[in-house]
Amino acid sequence: MGMLYDNNATGFETNLASRHRRGKFWHYIYTGSTGLGIVALALLLLNILNSAFGYAAVQNKIEREELAINGYSIEVLHKDDLVYILESNIPGGVFRRLASEKPFEARSRAEVYELVIEWVVEPDVVHTWSLVESLTQKRRIQAEMATLYPEAELQFISWLDGDFLTVPQSSTAEKAGVRTALLGSLLVIIITILFAFPLGVGAAIYLQEYADARKRINQFIQTNINNLAGVPSIIYGILGLAIFVRALEPLTSGALFGIEADRTTANGRTILSAGLTLGVLILPLVIINAQEAIKAVPNSLRLASYGLGGTRWQTVWHHILPGALPGILTGAILSISRAVGETAPLVVIGASTFITADPEGPFSKFTVLPIQIYQWTSRPQAEFRNIAAAAILVLLFLLLTLNAAAILLRNRYSKRL
Amino acid sequence: MAGERADSPSVADVLRKKPRINELVIRVVLFLSAALSILTTIGIVYELGKESLNFFLKVQWEDINKGLSEPLSAQDNSLIVAASGSAVATGDVLRLGSEQMEVLSVSGQSVTVGRGVNGTLAVAHPAGQAIYLAQEVSLWEFVSGTQWAPQIGAFGIWPLLNATLLTTLFAMLVALPIGLGIGIYLSEYASERLRRSLKPVLEVLAGVPTVVYGYFALTFMTPLLRLIFGIDTVAIYNTASAGLVIGILVIPLVSSMSEDALSAVPRSLREASYSMGATRLETALQIVLPAAISGIAAAFIVALSRAMGETMVVAIAAGAGPAFTFNPFQSAETMTGHIVRISGGDLSYASIDYSSLFAIGLLLFFFTLGLNIVSQRIVRRFREVYE
Repeated sequence: MGMLYDNNATGFETNLASRHRRGKFWHYIYTGSTGLGIVALALLLLNILNSAFGYAAVQNKIEREELAINGYSIEVLHKDDLVYILESNIPGGVFRRLASEKPFEARSRAEVYELVIEWVVEPDVVHTWSLVESLTQKRRIQAEMATLYPEAELQFISWLDGDFLTVPQSSTAEKAGVRTALLGSLLVIIITILFAFPLGVGAAIYLQEYADARKRINQFIQTNINNLAGVPSIIYGILGLAIFVRALEPLTSGALFGIEADRTTANGRTILSAGLTLGVLILPLVIINAQEAIKAVPNSLRLASYGLGGTRWQTVWHHILPGALPGILTGAILSISRAVGETAPLVVIGASTFITADPEGPFSKFTVLPIQIYQWTSRPQAEFRNIAAAAILVLLFLLLTLNAAAILLRNRYSKRL
Repeated sequence: MAGERADSPSVADVLRKKPRINELVIRVVLFLSAALSILTTIGIVYELGKESLNFFLKVQWEDINKGLSEPLSAQDNSLIVAASGSAVATGDVLRLGSEQMEVLSVSGQSVTVGRGVNGTLAVAHPAGQAIYLAQEVSLWEFVSGTQWAPQIGAFGIWPLLNATLLTTLFAMLVALPIGLGIGIYLSEYASERLRRSLKPVLEVLAGVPTVVYGYFALTFMTPLLRLIFGIDTVAIYNTASAGLVIGILVIPLVSSMSEDALSAVPRSLREASYSMGATRLETALQIVLPAAISGIAAAFIVALSRAMGETMVVAIAAGAGPAFTFNPFQSAETMTGHIVRISGGDLSYASIDYSSLFAIGLLLFFFTLGLNIVSQRIVRRFREVYE
């Protein structure tokens, strides 16, 4: 890469310009690669927003106007009339099933109206456009609508809305939500925290404050933890499948505690197994982060405590942990946000593919947000890509909240020490 | 002891080291938490090893497309097989229905067998009964075979490994130059203020869940590739798209590790270089980079191991179904992608698919563990220590 100097004094000056040119060129290259990284992030986010909102062609099976009785549209009809419309337009079996779920007398008008829309009008998304298309090419979309979907109605849909968070999964994209997955993620993470946080911090305290670093066993533990942090997450999934789902099935399915409710279907593929698997997965990260935080506590604190006759645990509990806690928490939150986004190990241990019932406790079947995203993305229909994008926004918001908490803690921490 | 003495205990007694049960208990509990990591490693190796052993030792039944031509009674020792399908040889073990037979001799379509071997019962079989040939997955077949098709008993790892290597290659082509470029820019060119605002951006990139990258690969990268290279050349699911996106995913890892390595080089080296009249580029590439090379090499290797183990991107974007192809625009299933697809369904613990997961997992574990150990060695051995 060029000579730094030349014995010939004039030579130094002759190649100076080219050296500077080369320097400038590579400066642009390095700036460019940094720019590329930022562009990649921007594209990633824009691509998701692009799918989460936009125009959709919605086609009704029966137009609302056709259901009007004596000129009164269904928006203003009385509840009894709506029940009559429902009864005369859907198969008797479906009607009886709806009635047995909750008698029509007990349902409010709004509920019956919802049923009419869901079962009789049956709006169906036949085509969707991305946000960019919707904003810039409205005329083209209208032309397409007129030629390809003359019966359909053009609606601007925000796939991420209040309903999306509160309704369970469904086989049609328009009605599907992430309620089950969100609750599943929450319960799994609680178990992960209960498992990984105390064990991780305990291990870090041992390695930093108790262990004699010259001893073979302690060196081995340290190397081992560093190596475990590099094992692909899917291997932890296989481990979880073999240990938590299969070997410890009586424990993780709840049979040991006399809970048999879900046993035929869950078979150890429960929230407890998922939480423990993710716990084992993030344990090395929690340990390494906590070790860093403990290392950062000034040695003078330790020496002062020992000098006053404090025992090792008294020193740790009263002097080191309070100082290291913000750092430990920051590291733990970052590890937990890793666990929130993990998908592969949970697919391997057998998260449910389709459940609509809320998880009831640690021994329930489960699904989590990333798995829901994975399944929706894998579907061929375009509108499932849209709700996958909406679910990604929910997941990213969750992670952003966690990370913001970690950054706040870190800022307070750096002020204190 | 102190109670037997006079009212005031002596100074020596007060200062004597006392047995502190709770301190000991705490110490043991803390040690056990630390030792759990060893248990995890043992668990991984034991479970992967046990099931893999099962995979290589258990008998597989391969359908040889050779039916029984004539009905066979429970006593008859010679059976007439169809001419089609693959041939059987003396010493082979066959299975018809639930009965197993050993081939004693073969002459044309007539095969003499020992009936009801391996503890099975000799029963009558109708004409057209399918014949299965006992097959064991040999380690040699596993490491050398170029076909992975569990339904016909072919378990060669190469189609899966090849797809993994393809996606990893593409990932490295993206991540190493760009990641290193960012690392050099951040440590050698960027101002302190710029660096402080750029680093969180990269941290965000690192914190995005991999399933989101999978979505990105399928809905952005693949359409982009199809736009550039034509819809006929690029399949909907392809390894190139998955590989490129894994590359983007690994960039923050490479850039932050290499930036750390470059920043650790003392300022005095740079100043000496500038004072000799070197430009910024010459200083960066000829002085700082060689001094930090161990850290950068470690970053590259860790990135390689991360890319090999990446799962969701390939599961979503690289395609389902093993294929032995070097064309990056064709769909092919990687090792991790195969594990996810197979375990996604309801998996019976007794099936060959279940044990094959563990064999693939063990291979992947050894690869990534090996790479991680190598990277730690490099750092330890080649690190230049400046005091």
